[in-house]
Amino acid sequence: MLDGAAAMTKFLNMAATEPDITKVPFMIDSSKFDIIEAGLRCVQGKAIVNSISLKDGEESFVQRARLCRRYGAAMIVMAFDEKGQAATLADKIRICVRAFGILTEQVGVDPQDIIFDPNILTIGTGMKEHDRYAVDFIEAVTEIKRLCPGVRTSGGLSNVSFSFQGNNKVREAIHSVFLYHAVKAGLDMAIVNAGMLEVYSEIDPELRELVEDLVLCRREDATDRLLEAAPRFAATKTEGADTSKKNEWRKLGVEARLEHALVKGIDDHAVADTEEARVKLGKPLLVIEGPLMDGMRVVGKLFGEGKMFLPQVVKSAKVMKTAVAHLEPFMAAEKVGGSTQGSFLIATVKGDVHDIGKNIVGVVLACNNYAVTDLGVMTPTEKIVAEAQRLKPDFIGLSGLITPSLDEMITVAQELKRAGIHTPLLIGGATTSKEHTAIKLAQHYDGPMVHVGDASLVTTVCSDLLNPAKRDSFVGDLKTTQTEMREAYEKQQPAVVIPLAEARQRPLITTAPVQPAPRKPGVTLFERIDPAAVAEIIDWTPFFITWSLKGAFPQIFKSAKYGSEARKLFDDARVELDDLIRGNRFHLRGVAGLWPARRVGDDVEVYADEAQAKPIGRFHFLRDQRLRPKVTTCRSLADLVSTQNGDHLGAFAVTAGQEIEDYAASFKAKDPFRQILIQALADRLAEGCAEWLHREVRQELWGYAPNEALTVEELVDEKYAGRRPAAGYPACPEHTEKAELWRLLDADRLGCTLTESYAMNPAASVSGLYFGNPQSIYFDVDNIGRDQVEDYAKRKGWTIEQAEKWLRPVLGYKT
Amino acid sequence: MSRQRLPLNPAGERLEALLRQRIVYLDGAMGTMIQQLKLQEADYRGERFASHPGQLKGNNDLLVITKPAVIRDIHRAYLDAGADILETNTFNGTSIAMEDYAMTDLVRELNTEAVKVARAAVDAFKAANPGKDAFVAGAIGPTNKTLSMSRDVNDSAKRDVTFVQVRDSYREQVDALIDAGADLLLCETVFDTLVLKAALFAIDEAFEARGFRIPVMISGTITDASGRTLTGQTTESFWNSVRHAQPISIGMNCALGGEQMRPHIAELAKKADIYVSCYPNAGLPNPLSPTGFPEGPEDTAAILETFARDGLVNIVGGCCGTTPGHIAAIRRRTEKYTTRPPCASPSSRSKPAPRSSISTSTKACWMGPRR
Repeated sequence: MLDGAAAMTKFLNMAATEPDITKVPFMIDSSKFDIIEAGLRCVQGKAIVNSISLKDGEESFVQRARLCRRYGAAMIVMAFDEKGQAATLADKIRICVRAFGILTEQVGVDPQDIIFDPNILTIGTGMKEHDRYAVDFIEAVTEIKRLCPGVRTSGGLSNVSFSFQGNNKVREAIHSVFLYHAVKAGLDMAIVNAGMLEVYSEIDPELRELVEDLVLCRREDATDRLLEAAPRFAATKTEGADTSKKNEWRKLGVEARLEHALVKGIDDHAVADTEEARVKLGKPLLVIEGPLMDGMRVVGKLFGEGKMFLPQVVKSAKVMKTAVAHLEPFMAAEKVGGSTQGSFLIATVKGDVHDIGKNIVGVVLACNNYAVTDLGVMTPTEKIVAEAQRLKPDFIGLSGLITPSLDEMITVAQELKRAGIHTPLLIGGATTSKEHTAIKLAQHYDGPMVHVGDASLVTTVCSDLLNPAKRDSFVGDLKTTQTEMREAYEKQQPAVVIPLAEARQRPLITTAPVQPAPRKPGVTLFERIDPAAVAEIIDWTPFFITWSLKGAFPQIFKSAKYGSEARKLFDDARVELDDLIRGNRFHLRGVAGLWPARRVGDDVEVYADEAQAKPIGRFHFLRDQRLRPKVTTCRSLADLVSTQNGDHLGAFAVTAGQEIEDYAASFKAKDPFRQILIQALADRLAEGCAEWLHREVRQELWGYAPNEALTVEELVDEKYAGRRPAAGYPACPEHTEKAELWRLLDADRLGCTLTESYAMNPAASVSGLYFGNPQSIYFDVDNIGRDQVEDYAKRKGWTIEQAEKWLRPVLGYKT
Repeated sequence: MSRQRLPLNPAGERLEALLRQRIVYLDGAMGTMIQQLKLQEADYRGERFASHPGQLKGNNDLLVITKPAVIRDIHRAYLDAGADILETNTFNGTSIAMEDYAMTDLVRELNTEAVKVARAAVDAFKAANPGKDAFVAGAIGPTNKTLSMSRDVNDSAKRDVTFVQVRDSYREQVDALIDAGADLLLCETVFDTLVLKAALFAIDEAFEARGFRIPVMISGTITDASGRTLTGQTTESFWNSVRHAQPISIGMNCALGGEQMRPHIAELAKKADIYVSCYPNAGLPNPLSPTGFPEGPEDTAAILETFARDGLVNIVGGCCGTTPGHIAAIRRRTEKYTTRPPCASPSSRSKPAPRSSISTSTKACWMGPRR
């Protein structure tokens, strides 16, 4: 015998604090009131008791209702009294009104906490006294709500159509016709099998007419007529055509079902099917090596052929995880380990916090049955080396997004080499490239070092390296190509570097008058930026790029290749975004500063006030020294600020916050798709927040464009006056400038800090400078000459080596 | 619609009348005020508990017995600063919270003495200020236990105490507070609504046993930027979970400063058909400042002034880190504003308001398995 009270307690205790659950009421349903009470003792939120009634007399009713009230529960009150169930309109109303009086006057229950269920009874039974059951319920709802103000009404729907059991088409039609009229009459809620509900307007008109005759008791022969017509509608079998076709695959053999589930990313039956396969094949390992791996091979193949896309692959991974998780205890019992394709150690290097790309690679590998050990972000070199020694993986993957990470990768390669490790090293991340890997990295490592430009390529690289037949030629080709690239680079004539002194004679000249002084100078903190407002101005194109779906938003939906997947992904993203916002799972914060500013050489000084007596901060800019076709100027962002009093410079930092990062991470083990989806959304929110804040600055804080009214598309196309370049990006490629920005804005208080490589942590953060000049543009600065490096070192108080370290990606000469 | 309710005590009637007229002021911190006196173990023990086992320093509730003058002086300072309602020094006055000090058998005495000390301060204040009124609120803390969370990561269904234990423990405190003559009760710093519901259950039983009721204030605690209580409830869920108790007010205290509390207070102000209270900490804790909290009287007062100006509050005061200076500044800066009118009660509207914890739309909602 099940101990009902103990089971109720355990279940509710386990579910108690789940964030999604704490937003909605529990309905506690038992025929035994002591089990209901055990449940009420576990629920911190509003509960609904199902149910109480006058069936056992007034005394027990009052006592139970009082307990419900003391526990703060709403209660479903059945229209039942000492004499039995109310079937007629008059009885329903009489009993409910009597119960209402007792509850409100004697027990002190808030009418809002009363939900009457005036009994939905079966119609179409052939018995005349049943003909009015539906009509009576519907009319009772209206009357009860009129006589008992504040109460709600409910009912158990499936009863009404019991007499048509076996003919779901007709039952569904009865359900939706009944609900259609009952809701109009004031029904607030019902217990419904949502899978057995037709859309009212989509019911065959002939059937609807017949059903309405029955439900609304419009003809005496309604039951007979419907009975006669029913087989015709059942036979049309349109019922759940979609569902039945959709479920066709369930009739396949278990191996085929597993494959289908993996390819389609359907998690629902994964455990049951895996178990069936385990029993059938005898050993859990055979399931992994058999149907599961076969399925994953299909996924890998389709992915490789471009017939499946990353979002789908990530969903397949979840199914695989579910299946393998089910098998693990059996394997542990048999003391066998699963065999894997190979093992992979992956990390984002020290000083860098970006890991979406790394997570996607991890999932793609896991999907292809690699054992992946993920060391996370900001991984110290020593840890990578130690784990490589301990795990002896088949591959090591390094990831990094910001340019200083390129240097870290050299350090990791050197240290791995020093530890005698030759394991193939895979390099990935937005700023990495085939050329950079060949020219700057590969010579620091003895083993093969492969640049992987896209997550979809990683399995090909790995399987080639694991395949004894291919490995040698692969490595040979790789080394040859890399040597050739390096030699070509060595031989390359150094690009022409325009001397700094000359470059400074060719600044960007702007003719626009300086913008008026800010309406609100100084630093403004935004502790809570409205996420809905930010969500409206998200630029979605980069979101799809994250998932390797290439195309601009919204045209991507029309893409023959990516359209349908992009649409699905976008729908998932909207649902998730909505949940993130409604669940209050993150807080967008930002800070903006606007100061009087003056250009001094290639620096810009900022001041506390218009008198510009003593600078409170200084930003250092670089000047382009490349001879460019069609560009006669050697630009520097400093050129956008006047050398005279009266101009201003701004700065900002925004973050989607640590909370959303943590929330994403909570899905890592179970649902990598959601983890990556949330991370990708966090990035979009941070960028959207930067867009929002910039507009706020133009319209309000600086206020030079108070009447600007741009559409989202125009915002994305930068149709506004002024720009917000970010340190580490082409126009100001040097990352350490963020430190000055952080200091002036006191940006740490956003809960966002700079790492030793000047990456912003959490990763979903954006910072930059505001240039108000309407002729501001983004441009590239590179080809920095030795003369500018020396000059810059002097301005920053650095040694030449330090300057070369931080300027390495843009140096115009070889070091 | 008439709902049966027990008669209200005379002080409760006076408090309701006052709340209809103007913003009402709670006192400020007790704990951080005591902390600043740097009392020693011997001060806490007095003669009576000289040989009581274990450490007693930190058992602030005990001071109503061993150092009543200290507590009385703090009470007086708050009345002089403009507080209308004093909270008794009984935050930990339950057998569950007193277990740590092996003083579970002292619960009734502690609560009785605490009400007496506060009452003496109120009587002295009223004698010195004829025509002025003041109230004693029996303070009911959250205990140091939770009913909604497990301490055992491997067994999320495990609980250290049961609902019945917590309810019965509260009943003892509530009986003592009412019998000693508390004018109202204040359930505060609620981080687990189920624990609060156990207290409300006990209070309802206690009222029924006596045949009358006294006002009950409820004040929850949103613990951090997640915008939820420690046990995961949103502000709105919290309100829907306790309104059945028909409290006189609902609000927030502790954990956050006024600035961080604002969205939650604003939400309650929008939804609650009863009075709204707010008594924040003096900012977020800062170990470097002398009181441990950064905001001075004018800082906290300036924030609460915006609440009063925007019609969000009916009862204000201070929690951790606030002083009589804070209460005086708060009163000075807010008393020129009118008090917030409570929202219309949902059951008095012609059309029932949708309960948003079920659905934010007025559409009917189906319960059942989704396909």
